[in-house]
Amino acid sequence: MPEEITLSYDVRKDDFTRAGEASADVKLKLKQMGVNPEAVRKVAIAMYEGEINMVIHANGGKITVAISPEKIHMVLADVGPGIEDIEKAMQPGYSTAPEEIRNLGFGAGMGLPNMKKYTDYMHIDTEIGVGTTITMEVKI
Amino acid sequence: MDKFWHSVRLDESLCEGCFNCIKHCPTQAIRVRNKKARINSEFCIDCGECIRICPHHAKIAQTDTLEHALGDRKYNVVMPAPSLYGQFNNLDDVNIVLNALKHMGFDDVYEVGAAAEIVSELSREYIASHPKQYPLISTACPSIVRLIRVRFPNLIDHLMPLLPPIEVAAKLAVKKAMQDSGLSREEIGITFITPCPSKVAYVNSPLGLEKSNVDYAVAIKDVYPILLPHMKAVNQQKDMEDIVISGKIGVSWGRSGGEAGGLFTDDYLAADGIRNVIRVLEDMEDEKLENLKFVELNACDGGCVGGVLQVENPYVAAVKLMRLRKYMPVARAHADNAEARAAVPWERHVDYEPVYNLGNSMMESFSRLNQVERLLKKLPGLDCGSCGAPTCRCLAEDIVRGQATETDCVYYLKENLHKLSQEVATLSEDIGKEKNGEETLCMLRQYMERIREEMSELDNKEAESKHNDSTRPD
Repeated sequence: MPEEITLSYDVRKDDFTRAGEASADVKLKLKQMGVNPEAVRKVAIAMYEGEINMVIHANGGKITVAISPEKIHMVLADVGPGIEDIEKAMQPGYSTAPEEIRNLGFGAGMGLPNMKKYTDYMHIDTEIGVGTTITMEVKI
Repeated sequence: MDKFWHSVRLDESLCEGCFNCIKHCPTQAIRVRNKKARINSEFCIDCGECIRICPHHAKIAQTDTLEHALGDRKYNVVMPAPSLYGQFNNLDDVNIVLNALKHMGFDDVYEVGAAAEIVSELSREYIASHPKQYPLISTACPSIVRLIRVRFPNLIDHLMPLLPPIEVAAKLAVKKAMQDSGLSREEIGITFITPCPSKVAYVNSPLGLEKSNVDYAVAIKDVYPILLPHMKAVNQQKDMEDIVISGKIGVSWGRSGGEAGGLFTDDYLAADGIRNVIRVLEDMEDEKLENLKFVELNACDGGCVGGVLQVENPYVAAVKLMRLRKYMPVARAHADNAEARAAVPWERHVDYEPVYNLGNSMMESFSRLNQVERLLKKLPGLDCGSCGAPTCRCLAEDIVRGQATETDCVYYLKENLHKLSQEVATLSEDIGKEKNGEETLCMLRQYMERIREEMSELDNKEAESKHNDSTRPD
């Protein structure tokens, strides 16, 4: 049984220019692996949404991706304010992003709902004032 | 037909084996092996970036000659790209170019710009009736379609399934030529005057249909000097024929944003330059682009006016096109008959070609990707290019594909030498203490031999890179 491929990426607060680098890198690797395009798409969208959330809401964090021949396992851990009401945050259109972020075209309130929609498994661990860790999986 | 036929080639006699092209190729298709650049046929999309960058002009675009285009067949029709009109100073009437082409020896002219107007019309209809495919991606630039075919499988369904204006023009030109001349198809030659190698590749290995109706593709830069005196000659004639059949929309296709402009919608994005295009495609794949109906993508800066076979600076040419179209009607050609409408849709689908896969099966690819990650930890991460691959990652991928070895890396070799000399030192100490004398001496000889071999390999590499430095432009 071959071992997993582990990749990790640092995400910086408010660095919009770098947001998306991690998902682009994972996408390239999945394509080289010959993973079916639909799974690649799901991972790319879910990861990008998570990455941009960390840029906007958290004080940065770390994304760890483990690729195996069965699934892509993503852990997005941030040092941030935590999510006050997960149920609300999961509702499409609900956003706590400030006005200036919305003006940039972000903060449409689709982040978490999209992450849920495009993954086969998603779990949120959050503590107010400490941070949030989101675990997602996409089956290959 | 070879689905990876290419116009972009290497003239080995001119190649100095430097690293300029490997570093600038947007699809990382080039490697320097044995002091010559090799183009990977599956990765190359004929964008022509390497032709632009090569300081030794060793990268060339294979095109057809005017002699063949004019001499091979009985009745010859020429199809100028709209961007050709942007190549001339003070041109105020497209008729001068068109009549000059006839004066040069062609029997008839069919403007690609006219076909472009028909494509614009059918694009508007297609967009209006296919909201599920938004944003639709332009299929006019063959390099873009080729790029999507190998790298963006999720975007294939967004491709506008309409043939490029060059093909539609060829179809309509063939029909007209057969009617006008009474000759058979084989006796008629259809020549496209091309701004880029991408279109030449399309003609020889088209996308969206089995076989192109274009017979010859001649470079604008080759036609230009021959055309100038003919333009002067026809300009002096009093009764110049009025044969223009394209308008503002058709002429505008020659520059970035022109195709989108013909769609009468503001919900579009137009990107040009292959690197910018790749960024847009990555974003599209992540579904970051919202509320767009259409995405126009051109591999060259500025659009077709930026083609590597053009003469004029692309931005100057774009201004000239804008001035030229000023007093033109919006469109002269219309999709108002069944024949024109039938000429436009794709005749076959474009399929994903997974050329970037590392192995033949997913398990093999997975284990190779794992090897690549491990190799990357050993390689220096300088992306220096000395091994002939553009980045350390590319070298690692080449190694797992069996196309390169670790010793291609100068730094890896040096590291190895250090280790070997360390071993030698230890063994010598053993000899000093007269431990297993014979055996140790034998091993020592083997180590010395390996050091000698690796040193000579390193010497070769250094000679090679020095040689490259001396040929690199400042």
